[in-house]
This record gives sequence, structure tokens and C-alpha cells, in this order.
Amino acid sequence: MTTSQPAGPVLDSDAAPEGARKIADLKPDLLLTGEHNLCPGCGEPLAVRVYLEALQELGVSRETVMVAGIGCYTMFTGTVDLDLVQALHGRAPSVATGIKRMLPDKVVFTLQGDGDMVNEGLQEVLHTAARGERVTCILLNNGVFGETGGHMTATSVLGQRTKSSLEGRDAEYHGYPILIGDLVSRLQGAAYVARGSVHNAGAVARTKRMLRRAFETQLAGDGFSFVEVLTMCPTGWFIPTADGPDYMHETLGEVHVMGELKVDGMVKTTEELHAENVRKQHEVEAELERGGVDL
Amino acid sequence: MTATTAVRDERRLMEGSEAMVEAAIAAGCRFFAGYPMTPFTELLEHFARRLPEEGGVCINAESELEAVGMAWGALATGARAATGSTGQGLSLMQESFSEITLAELPLVVFNMARGQSDYFQATRGGGHGDYRHIVLAPIDIAEAVELTQLAFHLADRWRSPVLIYGDYLLAHVTEAVSVTPFSVPALPSKEWAVDGSLGGTGRSRSISPLGLGKHGHPGPGIERHLRAIAGKLADIEREEQRVEHAYTDDAETVVVAFGTPARFVRYVVHQLRADGEKVGYVRPISLWPFPSAVVADASAGARVVATFELSAGQMIDDVRLAVLGRAPVVRLGGISTDGSGFGVGALLDAEVVRDRILALHRGGPEAELPPLPVNERG
Ligand code: SF4
Repeated sequence: MTTSQPAGPVLDSDAAPEGARKIADLKPDLLLTGEHNLCPGCGEPLAVRVYLEALQELGVSRETVMVAGIGCYTMFTGTVDLDLVQALHGRAPSVATGIKRMLPDKVVFTLQGDGDMVNEGLQEVLHTAARGERVTCILLNNGVFGETGGHMTATSVLGQRTKSSLEGRDAEYHGYPILIGDLVSRLQGAAYVARGSVHNAGAVARTKRMLRRAFETQLAGDGFSFVEVLTMCPTGWFIPTADGPDYMHETLGEVHVMGELKVDGMVKTTEELHAENVRKQHEVEAELERGGVDL
Repeated sequence: MTATTAVRDERRLMEGSEAMVEAAIAAGCRFFAGYPMTPFTELLEHFARRLPEEGGVCINAESELEAVGMAWGALATGARAATGSTGQGLSLMQESFSEITLAELPLVVFNMARGQSDYFQATRGGGHGDYRHIVLAPIDIAEAVELTQLAFHLADRWRSPVLIYGDYLLAHVTEAVSVTPFSVPALPSKEWAVDGSLGGTGRSRSISPLGLGKHGHPGPGIERHLRAIAGKLADIEREEQRVEHAYTDDAETVVVAFGTPARFVRYVVHQLRADGEKVGYVRPISLWPFPSAVVADASAGARVVATFELSAGQMIDDVRLAVLGRAPVVRLGGISTDGSGFGVGALLDAEVVRDRILALHRGGPEAELPPLPVNERG
């Protein structure tokens, strides 16, 4: 457990054993304060927690430079306790490249949203991956421009209603979403590519392992690493706050499927991840029909 | 941080592009990123060859957008870094130039221009927001070597971008030059640079164009930050004007020109003076800040002030602002290119320049000038 500092008053929970504290009430050591001004139910603070904990667990807090894109998460540039460079919208991968070439022994990573990375700066991330640049790009993907108030991005899924796709994203009219992880994984310079999510505790834990592996890939000098994290944006999706995780799992999560897309040179497509999930689901259902699994 | 690298001090034949690259390396430049484009390409080629030899890095970026982004990152680590292009490529970089100015990073930009039609782009701060950057326009290769080194110094001194305005001739002409180190006062070390070492200490650094700091030591905020930058630019405007002029005390006709065309003007004016004609010239070396006071003084006793620039007339705006109606201001130059649009046209010819200056000098502000020569060679 690297998260050790209370972020605010520790809430009591009837169900919890004596002395237990909720993780949500603790802030990562690499945050200067637990306060933030993002919306209730936003997934981005969770993703920030996860990468900060991963860096701390790897013991590289004092040899890391972060490059921030522009989006709601940019608010954290004032509270993340890492040396940091603020980039223009879409331009973080090239800035990270310049930093890494001058500081080859340091961990250098970008934090970008889907509007930043997949709309504005798509060629940046692709070329950085193709060059095998030894940096890590982290994408917080919520399929919407949250900061501007809920507009369609290149990763918005078909049927998604936004302020610029009022009747839902229509392939005929708006085109198809880009599965960025698949584009990146096909490039030779990309060494590790994964897609995580923060819609439940299991997904959060798995995403943290992905981020660790991405940073380890960079530290080993193996090439470019990339982790996409699906994050809730109840505000930009125009849904009740509490519905965020399930809504995301059932909409974005069905298209941008969670899993590892490239490990040790072996590429798996999103379609293959999807098929695996379906197969596993069938196995579980069959098991349940036979009388359930013994947990 | 002064230049300390081993320098080739023997004179040898070098084309302008190579000489500027050697000067950049002598000034400590260790990172360059660019995208090929005539007449800037040779600069990229020389950086690509030379920087790895010096332990540096040169990246052939996927576009000008990434080239300037990469330089931005390298600068943030405290390294001396540069990018460059020509007009169109620089248009693509403008968003970053603006924000790099606000992030107070010492970028050096090599603009190997096609003609002089990018004067506005260079001197107005072609991107968004309230900013300018220092623009230095060398007249020849020897001066380019000096100004390149000065550019890195001024960029660091002011933590603000400096652009070298070169051109086709400067890039491609070969002359015997030596890259002698340019001695400059030492500058404070770059404590603002990020190296990753302060993470988790509560004192981590942030390089941001937004005036934002970190929790516990917040930055000035956007309004104060923008005002501070504007104040700094006003200081630069006062302190960094550079200019050469001759015969302006008693000149009746004053010609203002910069860069390679100024070399022709200077030559012709000296000739005409030898013939007893009361002409003079002013050559802005810094295009921004523009040496307004010198132009104003030169215009005080003049019958006419003229600009000779290879464009439809851009610097003439700054000349008019400096002259402020003391004398009529007319244009002697114009658009003139070779068939490709990259190189220089028939206007850049000492005889042609002489005829135009003399016609103006004899006829005064209302004089009919000879027609602009037309490029017939394709
Ligand atoms: S708009 Fe969306 S992404 Fe932005 S803070 Fe709110 S929930 Fe988070």
C-alpha cells in the first residue's frame, strides 16, 4: 500500500472492521493535496491515483518527468508532485520526445485525453510509437470532450449522444470511432499496449498492473509503451453520476474493450479481446447452469 | 552557460547553412528537430550530420508541428535547442512559438526564408496572443555566425524565443569563414529546468505557459503572468535594438533594407557617395525590436525615406511608424523570385538597385521608378 496520507477526514463505515479506512479517503503520496475540482463521479481522478501509485511502487518518483495535455485532468498539474511540463493540446508526445532524448535515463510519460490525443494530436502518438520512442503515453478515454461541455470526439461510440451528435453518433454522418490502441499496437516501435478501465475495483487493480508494466517497459528500454484508461464522464454523457461506471462498461467498454493489446511483440486485436470476453462469459453462464461455481 | 565546445577556428569554405550549424554547435546547441523544406533543408542536413558527433540529437520530425514540440521538450530540460523551417513550415509552428514565449523557454528558430515576404510573420509574433520574439537578420555568412551564437545567448538571457531571419542566398552561398566563439557574459544556471529529480519532495517544478504553479506555491495566475511577459517584452524592446547605418547625418535620400538585399543597398550607397550623391542607408539587424530611433533620426533631415525589401512592402509599416510623417516613405523594392519561387529574382542586382535609388534620389518622392525587372529565365 503506497497510498498512506489521509486526504481529509476519515469517514467511519459501519460495515468496516475497527480501524479500517476507505482508500477513497487516502491520497497518493505523489499528490500535494487530495482536493480537486473535477465533477463527482469523474473517472479521471481515479486514473491519476493509479499511475501515481504505480510510479511510487516502482521507486521512480524522483526520476520522472510528466507531460500534460489539455483537458479536465490538466487541473492535476497543480497538485501532482512530479516535475512537469505543460504541453499544447495534442502535442504532448513530441514534447516528451524532446525531454527523453535529453534525459534518456529518466521516466518520461504523457497524460492526455481522447480529444487531445486521438483528435488533435493523432499523428503525434502514432509517430512517437513508430519511432519506438522510449516514453509512455497514457490516454484517459471517456469518448467525449468533457471540458468544453460534452462534444463528440474521435473515440465517441456509435449511438453516443453529445452536443455535436445530438441524435447519437451516426456512422453515415459522423464516421466511426477510432480504436487507438489497435492503431498503436500494429506499429513496430510499440512494445507494450494495453487498455484498462476504472469502472470497478477489479478494473482499477488490473489497470495499475498495466501501468506498471508500461513504465517497466520504458525502464528496460524496450520501446514505446501505451496505456489507455476508460474513465467515467457522467457530466459529458448527460447521465446521473451514480450510473457512470455501469453506463461506461456497457457502452464505451463494449467498443474499447479492456485488455492487453500487445505484450512481448504479440498483438491481440480489440475484436479478439471481445471474442475472449464473450467466450469467458459463456463459460461462466454454462458453469452457473450446471449448478454454479464454488467461490 | 557560455559556449565551451571545441571550435573550428580555421577559415574554411563553408556554405551559409553549414556555417550557421557550426555556430549553433559552438554556442552549445545539442538538440535540433526539423522537417525538410527549401531553402532550409541544408541546415537540417548539417545538423543531422554534426549533432550526433557532438553527443547531441537531431530528429527529422514527422512535421513542423512535432519539430517545434520536440525542441520545446528539449528546452524544458535546460538544453540549448533549436528548430527551423521556411515560411509555410513556420506558419505551422506559430501556435507553439506563442506558447513557448509564455512558457518562457529559450527557443532558437532558423527561418531560411524565401524572399522577405515573411517579415510580418517573423516580427508580429504570427501566432495568437500578446507576444513578439527577437528577430535577427544577418547580412552575410560572417554575421550569421555571430548572430547565431548571439541568438542562443539572448534566448537564455531573456528566456524568450529568438528567430534568425535568413534567406536563400545566405543558406546556399559558400564563403571562407571561421566559426570563432562569440564571447558573452555568463548567465545564471537554469534552476527552472526539469530533470525529474524533485518528484515527491513537495518542491517539484512545473513549466507551463499558463502561469500556474503547484499547490502550496501557486504561480502568478494567468493575468499577472501575461502582464509580466508583456513587461519583459517591453524591456527587450528597449534593450535589444541592433542596427547599422551610414551617411545618415546629411543624407537627402535614406534607404532602409535588411538581410541579403541590404548588402546590395550598402554597396550601391557607398558607390553613390563616392560619386558625391547625398544618400545614406539604415540596416536594421534586429527586425524586432525595430531600431525606430535610428530610423527616426535618419529621417529628420531627409527629403525621402525608402525601403528596399523583397516583398510587396511589409517592413515599410515599421519604417512609417518610426518616421511618423517627418518625411515621405516610399518603396523601392518588390516581389522578385526565380522561377521556383524559392530563390532570388532579377531585382537583386547591383545595377538595378543603383538605378532605382538614383531615380528616387534625383526625382524625389514623386519620382517614377524604373519598372521592376521580370524574371525571364523560368
Ligand atoms: S466533465 Fe467529465 S471529464 Fe470533466 S471533470 Fe466532469 S466528469 Fe470529469
